[in-house]
Amino acid sequence: MATSSRSQVLSLYRMLIKESKKFPSYNYRSYALRRIRDAFRENQNVSDPKTLEALSNQAWDTLAVIQRQVSIGKLYTAQKTVVEDPVVKETR
Amino acid sequence: MFSKTNVGVIKNILGSIGGFPSQKFKYAESAVNAVHRERELIKSRELERDELRPLYMDFQATTPMDPRVLDAMLPYHVNYYGNPHSRTHAYGWESESAMEKARKQVADLIGADPREIVFTSGATESNNTAIKGVARFYKAKKKHVITSQTEHKCVLDSCRVLESEGFDVTYLPVQSNGLIDLKHLEEMIRPDTSLVSVMTVNNEIGVRQPIEQIGQICRSRNVFFHTDAAQAVGKVPINVADWKVDLMSISGHKIYGPKGVGALYVRRRPRVRLEPLQSGGGQERGLRSGTVPTPLAVGLGAACEIAQQEMQYDHRYISALANRFTQKVMAAIPDVIMNGDREQRYPGCINLSFAYVEGESLLMALKDVALSSGSACTSASLEPSYVLRAIGADEDLAHSSIRFGIGRFTTEAEVDYTANKCIQHVKRLREMSPLWEMVQEGIDLKSISWTQH
Ligand SMILES: Cc1ncc(COP(=O)(O)O)c(C=O)c1O
Repeated sequence: MATSSRSQVLSLYRMLIKESKKFPSYNYRSYALRRIRDAFRENQNVSDPKTLEALSNQAWDTLAVIQRQVSIGKLYTAQKTVVEDPVVKETR
Repeated sequence: MFSKTNVGVIKNILGSIGGFPSQKFKYAESAVNAVHRERELIKSRELERDELRPLYMDFQATTPMDPRVLDAMLPYHVNYYGNPHSRTHAYGWESESAMEKARKQVADLIGADPREIVFTSGATESNNTAIKGVARFYKAKKKHVITSQTEHKCVLDSCRVLESEGFDVTYLPVQSNGLIDLKHLEEMIRPDTSLVSVMTVNNEIGVRQPIEQIGQICRSRNVFFHTDAAQAVGKVPINVADWKVDLMSISGHKIYGPKGVGALYVRRRPRVRLEPLQSGGGQERGLRSGTVPTPLAVGLGAACEIAQQEMQYDHRYISALANRFTQKVMAAIPDVIMNGDREQRYPGCINLSFAYVEGESLLMALKDVALSSGSACTSASLEPSYVLRAIGADEDLAHSSIRFGIGRFTTEAEVDYTANKCIQHVKRLREMSPLWEMVQEGIDLKSISWTQH
């Protein structure tokens, strides 16, 4: 399975964030971004290889879920909500 | 949507909790009026394609599905369509193992054994099954059931049905903080009491009943204890063993799972027996005949597992947002009352009364936010809720209350938007209100006699 060097963790993080930004739903998008950032922050000091590997496997699974759910979200879009700025796309 | 039957139900329920016949009719009449009034006020209308969607702040009515839940369910809507009760082929076996995994996920969340979980169509069915089922099974020796006045309508109406079958039902009043009085409960238990049913978290005002102590009392008096935990499961830690709960109702769509599925926990030791509502193939240990809907059960299971993992994280986040909201609103406008106990509560359900403002007008003004005045699960009736009446809220205050529901997918921006709109419109509506003007001039409204009856 994936060995988890620091750079691999970072690249996984970037992929998760990049994919989450594609959620058409404002609420799912905001949640995914917040949850991923908090999860990586929470585990930033983990050094035990076993734990790292488990976390990284979990993250790969999550990435696959997000990819599928983003695709589904794009198939069935709805109107934007009143707090979304229709011009400036939410990024950070 | 608002047919006569709906009003009939309201009448029935209200009739059963108000002790006095005259009051009972007043309730029912005003319910009818409210329905008429609402027809004029809030018209249902679908959004145009280019219109913005309102924010969703009604998480007690229902929750959006978590994408992880949908992801777990979809395979069972696509390829794995076997009947989980089919014993002779792979289609059945794969569905069965998915259903059993889901059963374990539900059980784990509440500290139960998977064999104690019965899948149902939702908390309404679970409540009906538990209350009618236990009472009817033990009816030869026991004829008395205890519940509280602030239960969900499906509990109250089940009790109403039992009354019509000759059972005795005690509807415990609640204190002004929304909690039942344990001493009072103890006094009400009789030798022929078969069941006590008290909800864990109230869906309108968010208060948490002292379930552990109630469980203790019931166990020591040899009475079965059922709790409607539809609004509590996955949001607060629950352990049916520690709480000494014998039956517990769970709903899928209150915990980011699918609608149309729920579960009933039925204790095995000491064994609780109940008479099933449905006759048929004897699925679910004979307690609930009918094919278990595999995709929905899988969704409920996934929702429970996610809730267990995310409980602390969600709770911290939701509490912070709830505090932010109440502090913002209360700092900006005077005479805002939070209904229900301030401590014993689930933070994601905030019920506020805005004195001197009509709830209906405020709800209309806040059309950018999906909100409700309270008992949204049953209907959108604007009748001041029986829950608020039960806690002794003034008629006026009960009329001016709105429930704000915060959940996993709520954002800070949404909370701020709602708070600002709320502040702006309460101020505006008060400026138009003659009552508010009088209060500003120092007139005590209570000292005025309004009419001459
Ligand atoms: C406390 C409580 N019990 C029961 C129900 C009914 O649940 P369901 O819609 O799953 O039947 C609800 C909500 O509608 C509720 O809030």
